Amino acid sequence: MSETKKFMYVNRKAPYGTIYAWEALEVVLIGAAFEQDVSLAFVDDGVYQLIEDQDTSGLEMKNFSPTYSALGDYDVKKIYVEKESLEERGLSIDDLQHLTWEDEDEDYAEKDSIQVVTRAEMADLFAESEVMFNF
Amino acid sequence: MKFTIQVNEGPYQHQASDSAYQFTKAALEKGHEIFRVFFYHDGVNNGTRLTKPPQDDRNVVNRWSDLAAKHNLDLVICVAAAQRRGIVDDGEAKRNGKDATNIAPGFRISGLGQLVEGAIQSERLVVFGD
Repeated sequence: MSETKKFMYVNRKAPYGTIYAWEALEVVLIGAAFEQDVSLAFVDDGVYQLIEDQDTSGLEMKNFSPTYSALGDYDVKKIYVEKESLEERGLSIDDLQHLTWEDEDEDYAEKDSIQVVTRAEMADLFAESEVMFNF
Repeated sequence: MKFTIQVNEGPYQHQASDSAYQFTKAALEKGHEIFRVFFYHDGVNNGTRLTKPPQDDRNVVNRWSDLAAKHNLDLVICVAAAQRRGIVDDGEAKRNGKDATNIAPGFRISGLGQLVEGAIQSERLVVFGD
């Protein structure tokens, strides 16, 4: 299976209220083994998944947010967050985890994984993708 | 065209499974190929043989089983999602020390790699859910 496709995982829901966010992340981690051209998009309430310093101790649910910081090790380098979705919720990129990946070609330099893009740019990214996973 | 279908919601609570079934059936009748139907999230609940809906309603689970038998469909239930929600086949019962199974005919339990493979191998991944 040498074919490489442009995968887009669309994350639309807040974490913990439903299991979609966590089970979506499980697909991304398993899917990494297939060495596809992977992008993640966070839109609507999905932007809450990346909020830093999440504390779920009062919920008796596992805090899975640290897992996002492992994505770089799984070769997931393209994480797009929609600007309008952040703004509509009074958020900015400063409220999100700082996610990075290491560039082997530049002596393992740490690079930012998250790019904030406009709704129109997000639409273009969706149009360019070959496989859309919706969560 | 070659499709993989993803079903993300359980039976009766949500229309997603009905829509996925109708789409799959219509695609097959039009001569398209269904590479795989993958059940994820609460969608795994489509694969329990223990449901007993009222007689004047559709039987969502049996409908999938019958379609699988007729067209040799590959109905795959995600193992991680199934373990959380109690969908069990012989292998899972043995592995996890459970005293019963409930998987419906025509379904099998396997990993998320089956979904990713389906997405790669098919021309379209069609997702039914919220």
